[in-house]
Amino acid sequence: MAQAHGAYYVPHSSPWPIVASVGLFTTMAGLANFLNGGALTTMMFGVAILIIMLFGWFGAVINESESGLYNEQVDQSFRWGMYWFIFSEVMFFAAFFGTLFYARQYSVPWLGGAGHRLLTHEMLWPDFRSVWPTNGPSDVGGSFKPMEAWGLPAINTIILLSSGVTVTWAHWGLKENKRSQLILGLAATVFLGFLFVFLQAKEYTHAYEAMNLTLNSGIYGSTFFMLTGFHGMHVTLGSIILLVVLLRAIRGHFTEEHHFAFEAAAWYWHFVDVVWLGLFIFVYWM
Amino acid sequence: MSTATHVHVEHHDAPPRGIWRWLSATNHKDIGTLYLVFSLIMFLIGGCMALIIRAELFQPGLQFVTPQFFNQMTTMHALVMVFGAVMPAFTGLANWLIPMMIGAPDMALPRMNNWSFWILPFAFTLLLSTLFMQGGGPAGGWTLYPPLVLQTGNAFPFVILSVHMMGISSIMGAINVIATILNMRAPGMTLMKMPLFVWTWLITAYLLIAVMPVLAGGVTMLLTDKFFGTSFFNAAGGGDPVMFQHIFWFFGHPEVYIMILPAFGVISMIIPTFARKPLFGYSSMVYATASIAFLSFIVWGHHMFTVGMPLAGELFFMYATMIIAVPTGVKVFNWVSTMWKGSMTFETPMLFAIAFVILFTIGGFSGLMLAIAPADFQYQDTYFVVAHFHYVLVTGAVFSLMAAAYYWLPKWTGHMYDEKLGKIHFWLSVIGVNILFFPQHFLGLAGMPRRIPDYALQFAEFNALSSIGAYIYGFSQLLFVYIVIKTIRSGEKATDQVWEGARGLEWTLSSPPPYHSFTTAPEVH
Repeated sequence: MAQAHGAYYVPHSSPWPIVASVGLFTTMAGLANFLNGGALTTMMFGVAILIIMLFGWFGAVINESESGLYNEQVDQSFRWGMYWFIFSEVMFFAAFFGTLFYARQYSVPWLGGAGHRLLTHEMLWPDFRSVWPTNGPSDVGGSFKPMEAWGLPAINTIILLSSGVTVTWAHWGLKENKRSQLILGLAATVFLGFLFVFLQAKEYTHAYEAMNLTLNSGIYGSTFFMLTGFHGMHVTLGSIILLVVLLRAIRGHFTEEHHFAFEAAAWYWHFVDVVWLGLFIFVYWM
Repeated sequence: MSTATHVHVEHHDAPPRGIWRWLSATNHKDIGTLYLVFSLIMFLIGGCMALIIRAELFQPGLQFVTPQFFNQMTTMHALVMVFGAVMPAFTGLANWLIPMMIGAPDMALPRMNNWSFWILPFAFTLLLSTLFMQGGGPAGGWTLYPPLVLQTGNAFPFVILSVHMMGISSIMGAINVIATILNMRAPGMTLMKMPLFVWTWLITAYLLIAVMPVLAGGVTMLLTDKFFGTSFFNAAGGGDPVMFQHIFWFFGHPEVYIMILPAFGVISMIIPTFARKPLFGYSSMVYATASIAFLSFIVWGHHMFTVGMPLAGELFFMYATMIIAVPTGVKVFNWVSTMWKGSMTFETPMLFAIAFVILFTIGGFSGLMLAIAPADFQYQDTYFVVAHFHYVLVTGAVFSLMAAAYYWLPKWTGHMYDEKLGKIHFWLSVIGVNILFFPQHFLGLAGMPRRIPDYALQFAEFNALSSIGAYIYGFSQLLFVYIVIKTIRSGEKATDQVWEGARGLEWTLSSPPPYHSFTTAPEVH
């Protein structure tokens, strides 16, 4: 234990965090400016800085890892970091799921005259009946068709669940030092991930063009697109992470014992998977 | 073993020179210093805003500012003090102290530590810049309630995105604290041997990771409601503006404990030192902290008693809130019992700690009054609420930070602070702050509303008194700045242990401690 302590790797001063802060600031200021009607240029510039930062920062960490600077204790710090990062993501999605449940359990029934919030119903929208899905008493965004669960979403569920299997298969390969199984499994996972995103994009296009289901479609459109949209962004991010892990695996990185990056990517992937199951049940199905 | 240690020392001897040392810092002490200096600057900026508020309220009528600007000041004062002064100050203490207290070489994730800090100056540049924009800064209160907040001018997206940045910073800071505490303890430093400051921060970090993302979700919905046509908080589309209040206070109530639990930790370190007795009821302190953290998740409705809630909801939130008095009472009892029959001395940190125990308890009691739902219908949105949360946040959180600064400053700088000036600072603060906030209880009970730049004549005397207190308290903080700078530059050499009764690993290091605290882990028995 004492030895592990002595060798705990504390990096030298690093340029990347301050680059990241400048990049984040430029992105956020640019985005705010864009939302106020300005041009997108500043934000794009900020995103470019962030991308350069990601290459630099992760490059430095990968180099340190490959040159054996990280002992088991450092590895454990990364693990704790990843657990709690995923927990924070869970809470982020919880806010949007909470919103969905609140709207369905309280705000829509209240607008329909249930419970003690009678006055809004009687004074403003006496004709409104509480149903789900709804775009509210003012028919915000015009009439729309809700998304069916048993079409593309069901196929996407199968795709995402299968990708959970392939990533686990890849992990087994890694632990038994079967490199081809590792690479094949990862490649399949990345493919399924991007396929999911592609089909999701098709679904959105269909919703906007054929069903008049948009972000403007009242509370149903809001919760539908924000929940599935943030999930889709996470799938995209997870696919990119897995792609990086795949490229590293092809280069011969990772050993049977030492492969935190792979495991972190896999945890993240399973997290995205579980969120999708929640979405499928509560957004599409019920 | 010794070779490993040796290699380590060679690698990281001296910090880089000049400004780059601070921009690229990975050292927990450097980053802790950055946090503390940043929070002191924010404390002064937020304090200036408070003084503008109190100048306007010195007498009835409109004297100095427009009502719109007054509302910008109340909003910004809160955002700056909560996210810019108190939270970063505690993170700064965590950075400086946790590795030294648990026998670690540094924080677990040093580069991320740097990023957690350096996001903050940028986030507050974004936030403070809104004061100079068309339509001014946010003026609808720090709680950002829709639909009012959606009427903010150009400032709106800047405010939302700066809150996002503060959230990212807090989450990363909290992840780092948890990873450090769970993974970097010296051999023998079991969980139930950890100093209470470490314990309270472990639980605080958990709260931060649980609720900051919820706030991020809530303000994202505000952003999309404003710019992308969603209907989360729009009843016409089937949403509900009250839903934002639920989301906000699900974050907001734990947030209150994020600002006070580390303060409990600080006080639990200082009182035993100057009472020269071990802390009374260590394990009950740990369990009380955990209980308060748990309860903080199920009491948010007490911020919304008058908004309209089913009766069952009012009752649940009322009783759940009152239960918090039990673990908090355990803590106050333990602090008092620690002092009971101790060999007490009254150096500046101890004075602030004792003032904390008394004045925070006053704030706790006014909180209990507010927890009574039917009584809250009378008190809500009055100066009684303002008095309540300033007793817990100023004489609570900020006093504990002052106590911490005096207590550990000799360890950090290697110099003793000027005890006489410290005591003057304490007495000016404690007298000023009570003249400032105590009359506000009476104003609130008499019906004076919050967030109003003008008021009826019958409130004039107490307001004038309150403003005088504000200026005494505000300007006496300049004395604190002077004392800190003086201590950094000169002063009597501090010993390693600094205080006769001080116990714990940080006091075994030299004053100031070496650049890397424990390159070889100490054995804890």
